[in-house]
Amino acid sequence: MHETMKKNPLLLAIFATFVMVLPWVLGGFFENGNSWLRAVDFALLYILLALGLNIVVGYAGLLDLGYIAFYAVGAYLYALLNSPHLAEVLPAWLSHPPFLVMMVLAAIVAGVFGVLLGSPTLKLRGDYLAIVTLGFGEIIRIFMNNLDRPVNITNGPQGINHIDAVQIAGYDFGRPIEFLGLTFEKIHLYYYLILAFCALIIFVSMRLQNSRIGRAWVAIREDEIAANAMGINTRNVKLLAFAMGASFGGVSGALFASFQGFVSPESFVLMESVMVLCMVVLGGMGNIPGVILGAIIVSITPELLRDIINPLQMAIAGKRVVDPENLRMLVFGLAMIIIMLVRPEGLWPSKRRRAELHPKTKEIALQEKDSLQDAERNHD
Amino acid sequence: MTDVLLKISGINKRFGGLHALSDVGLTIKQGEIYGLIGPNGAGKTTLFNVLTGLYQPDEGEFTFNGKDLFRKKPNVVVEAGIARTFQNIRLFANMSALENVMVGQHVRSVTGVFGAILRTPKARAEEAAITAKAEALLAYVGIADRAQELARNLSYGDQRRLEIARALATNPTLLALDEPAAGMNPKETDDLKKLMEKIRADGVTILLIEHDVKLMMGLCDRIAVLDYGKKIAEGVPEEVKSNPRVIEAYLGVAPE
Repeated sequence: MHETMKKNPLLLAIFATFVMVLPWVLGGFFENGNSWLRAVDFALLYILLALGLNIVVGYAGLLDLGYIAFYAVGAYLYALLNSPHLAEVLPAWLSHPPFLVMMVLAAIVAGVFGVLLGSPTLKLRGDYLAIVTLGFGEIIRIFMNNLDRPVNITNGPQGINHIDAVQIAGYDFGRPIEFLGLTFEKIHLYYYLILAFCALIIFVSMRLQNSRIGRAWVAIREDEIAANAMGINTRNVKLLAFAMGASFGGVSGALFASFQGFVSPESFVLMESVMVLCMVVLGGMGNIPGVILGAIIVSITPELLRDIINPLQMAIAGKRVVDPENLRMLVFGLAMIIIMLVRPEGLWPSKRRRAELHPKTKEIALQEKDSLQDAERNHD
Repeated sequence: MTDVLLKISGINKRFGGLHALSDVGLTIKQGEIYGLIGPNGAGKTTLFNVLTGLYQPDEGEFTFNGKDLFRKKPNVVVEAGIARTFQNIRLFANMSALENVMVGQHVRSVTGVFGAILRTPKARAEEAAITAKAEALLAYVGIADRAQELARNLSYGDQRRLEIARALATNPTLLALDEPAAGMNPKETDDLKKLMEKIRADGVTILLIEHDVKLMMGLCDRIAVLDYGKKIAEGVPEEVKSNPRVIEAYLGVAPE
């Protein structure tokens, strides 16, 4: 996507305009435009998450099933510092930090948690790593659930309420703002805010991908022993991947908490980790446009199905036969299975992944010829 | 020519009950091609892995270029100046040939996360230097025209060359090659021999494991012979060839 756009400024301009007016298009064309915009806002948050997980899974090849824990860390950090819950015990300088300070703090704290998860798992790969990270994700959630005793920190299963929206340059994003004759509601404001963060994180991902660090990540994914034997300090480089991925998750979590105004452990269940992983795998591991596409599809499709299934049932059977919630998971699951069977490299894969999983027939023929020649040689 | 570059002594390595290396010692001098031969299972690759940090020896001493490398990690060993290739090729299969060589320069470059994100002038200059050097190294080993090809799509001989280029990218003082001629035809073996002589002429010391005894005799300045984890001979090729213990190890004892 970005390559074509770099070559074609007109395309980029059209795309940018589309993105900028999308909230008003939704509001103008759909009756329930606001609920659609809300879904889009969440899709953007998922893009942030998926891009973060892409660094860990897509670049460095470290299968992380507990990624949502970092989202939780960011969200709870924001919640604790920006709600009345801890207001009495927090020192004044720590309460309601300025917006940018808050975001950097969320990134750093989540990054530290990333290193905490990474350091004991350095020698693990594949299945084993997946199990440990899954456990880590659950530990964080269960902590959030139970840290209301003996000292009430997280308010347990009830979660933290009355979280203030962000304030930027004196504007409270929780209230409508009039600008250019338009009324920017909270969902509009957050749309642009999260969009800006998406742009930032896409930029960071792209820069990292084509750098010495990005190459080291891919090298570790390809062959960790060889990477180490070529002088890459695999321990540090893997920890860096965990920390970078986690910090993206932390920022996303902080935005989520401020947008939602409420956090509870329920938002950070294993299913969420699985969904984010699905976005990365379905879209195309290691490819930024692919991951974005995956995040949009996986987060929007259920919403679409919700709007389609009920009217469809009414039209066909005249009544609600099945709960749309169940049916959409069924449809969604089936779609995942089919896509993974037909396109294991994802919908929009990187060149590398495509070559790995769908080698062109010509290449196969060449390889076979080579290995045949090798066999003959060895035979001699 | 007489400066000692690498010195190990009393190296022991056990895998459970198997004493893979017992009391092995050798010295490699600056600028020579040093060969390591021995029958299958003699411990050549084990010793090789000890020398490149992949295995941690149980006892012994290991100094290289004045640095103590005993029980150091592979990346530390590479930083000290020992680079290696693998017996069964271990390239980064889904990276291009050029990227493979660029990865090799990781240890000699410094750009971190912030440099990469902000693309500072320093980071950009370093990136350009890395690319230029990678291209030069591909040309050096003779596969410049395959730069954009994925490593997995290269022919077997080119993959061997690419592994050497990737190892050279770490700026080694000692290049350790594990059976580089395995599976090559005579023509390719000959080209490889020329390449190794060129590398040596450019000031890199070479440590070589090889099965092809004829190649070794013609190429190496000195040879060590391993058998059952022990060094049974060391010296110039002529000496080694006529050493009765070596003949015994390779051919068995002649019946009376």
